[in-house]
Amino acid sequence: MFATRPEFRPATVEVLVDGQPLSVPEGASAAAALLLAGLAASRETPVSGAPRLPYCMMGVCFDCLAEIDGVANRQACMVTVRPGMRIAPQCGARLAGTAA
Amino acid sequence: MKEFDLAIVGAGPAGMSAALEAAGLGLSVLVLDEQPAPGGQIFRGVERAAGDPALAGEYAVAGALLARRFRAMPNIDYRPETTVWHIDAEAGLLSLRGPRGGGMARAARILLATGAQERPVPVPGWTLPGVMSAGAAQIMLKQAGAVPEGRLVLAGQGPLMWLLAAQLARAGKPPALLLETTPRGALRRALARGGLWRGRAMLAKGAALLWEARRSGMKVVSGVRGLRAEGEGRVRRVAWEGGATECGVLLLHEGVIPSTHVSRALGLEHEWDEAQLCWRPVLDGWGASSAPRIAIAGDGGGIGGWQAAVEAGALAALDAAHRAGRLDAAARDRRAAPHRAALGAALALRPFLDALHAPSPAVLAPPEDATLVCRCEEVTAGQVRQAARLGATGPNQVKAYLRAGMGPCQGRMCGATVAALVAETRGIPVREAGVLRPRAPYKPITVGELADLPEEEPA
Ligand code: FES
Repeated sequence: MFATRPEFRPATVEVLVDGQPLSVPEGASAAAALLLAGLAASRETPVSGAPRLPYCMMGVCFDCLAEIDGVANRQACMVTVRPGMRIAPQCGARLAGTAA
Repeated sequence: MKEFDLAIVGAGPAGMSAALEAAGLGLSVLVLDEQPAPGGQIFRGVERAAGDPALAGEYAVAGALLARRFRAMPNIDYRPETTVWHIDAEAGLLSLRGPRGGGMARAARILLATGAQERPVPVPGWTLPGVMSAGAAQIMLKQAGAVPEGRLVLAGQGPLMWLLAAQLARAGKPPALLLETTPRGALRRALARGGLWRGRAMLAKGAALLWEARRSGMKVVSGVRGLRAEGEGRVRRVAWEGGATECGVLLLHEGVIPSTHVSRALGLEHEWDEAQLCWRPVLDGWGASSAPRIAIAGDGGGIGGWQAAVEAGALAALDAAHRAGRLDAAARDRRAAPHRAALGAALALRPFLDALHAPSPAVLAPPEDATLVCRCEEVTAGQVRQAARLGATGPNQVKAYLRAGMGPCQGRMCGATVAALVAETRGIPVREAGVLRPRAPYKPITVGELADLPEEEPA
C-alpha cells in the first residue's frame, strides 16, 4: 500500500511482519511496517470480522492494534521499530488482559 | 519520587517552546512524549527527515531549529516513548509508562500540550483498508519517507490537503485527484471575516502550495458532496454526487480539532467553539484551565497552528514561573508582551480559514443511517439516532446504550460525531448534547503493567 524512497530514507531496520522479513527505515513505527508489508489487513474487528489497516497513524483510531513481540493489542503506530521486532496481525475477539 | 516545577505532556511546538522558556527561567522541567523524538505531529521525526527534499520548507527549517534548541537546553528531563495514562490533578501526580516500564512523577504545575487530531470524516466505506486520513499519509512520509502506491485520491479540505499534495508531488507521487468539499459560497463568507492583510504571509504560503500541487498535474473537483468509498475488502472506487473514479488509496481530511481526551477525562471545563465547530477547554490568557494546577497550550486549547502554539507555550511557561515565585507579575507581563503580539499575528488568518473550511453538516452528522460512526464497536449513525430517539441525551448515554465510545479508542474517533447525531435527532444545539467524559487509563494498559508499578522509579 506504501512504498519507501530508499534514496532519501534507506530501509535499514529488519523486522518480521507476519513472519516475513522486511526492511524499513529507522524511525518508522510498527504500523508503518504493516503498511509497507502490503498486508490486505492487519486486524479483523471483534464485532463483524471486517478487515482493517492503520487509519490515523497518530494514536487516535486504534485500528493499528497488532501483536508485537508476542504482546497483543499494542498500538502499532506508537511503537518504533527495532531490529528483529516481530509484528503480527491480530484477528477476532479482544484478548484477555487488556483494560479497554 | 522526583518533583518538578513543571511537567509538560507533549513535545510538539507548544511543549518544546514551553520547556525552553521554563528551563531558561530556572524551573525544573519534565517533558513526557509518546513519540521517540521531539516534534509532535507537525514536526514529526524532523531530526531524521529534515533532509528529505519532499519536506522542504517550514518543517525542515523552523521545525528542525526548534527541535535542536530543545535538545540543547539543559535542565529539561525529556522522556520520549512515554505515555501518561493517568493524572491526579489535585496532587500533581502523573502515572507513566515508558520504555523501561511504569513509573510516577510529581509536578507543581502540569501543562497539557497534546495538540490536535484530525476531525473524523465518517463517510460510507471509510473503514475499508486503503482509506486513511491525510495526516496518516503525511506521517508515513515524515517517519518512513514512504508514499502511497496505486492511484491516489485526496478528498476533503483544509490547508493540510494542499501541503500534503505538494509534498507528495515533490516525493514523486502527485495525487491524481483532489475532491474538494469546500462548499460553494464559503469563500465569500470567509472573506467577510477579514484578517487577510495581517495574515498575508500565511496566505501567500498557502497560495504557493496550491499552485505547486496543481502544477504537478493533480486534477481538482470542487464543491464535492456525498462522498463514499467503495470496494470489497479494500477501497477500489470513490464516488460522489455526479461522479466516481477508481482509486488505490483514498486520503480523507476535514481539518483538525483539539485533542481533548485528557482534558475531558480530567473533568476540566470545556466549551463548544461555534467558529471551529469543536469542543475546547476553557482557558485564561495564560492557558490556565479550570483546575488549579493544570494549564493547556497549543492546538489542544483551540486550533491555531504551530506558530500560535509556540507563543502559547511560552506564555504558559511564564505563568508557571510566576506561580513558582520566580517572576513577579510585572516581570511576567513584560516578558509576555512580545509573545502576545506574535500570537495575535499567528492567529490573524484563523477566522478566514475557519469560515473557508467549515465542515459541512454531513461531515459532522453523516446523513446515511448505514454509515459506521464508531469504528471500534461498529456502531452506525442509524443506531445512534435510534438511541437518541429512545432517550439518550448525549454521548455518555449513547455509550451506555450502544458501546459507542467504549472500544479501545475510548471515543476519540466517534465522540464528536455521536454528539452531533444526538443533537440533530433531538433538535438541540451540540453544546447541549454535551461532551463524552472518558476515564483513565487514557491509553489501555494491561493489568500486569498496573500491578508492577514501582513507587519511586522513573519511567
Ligand atoms: S493507526 Fe490510528 S491509532 Fe494507530
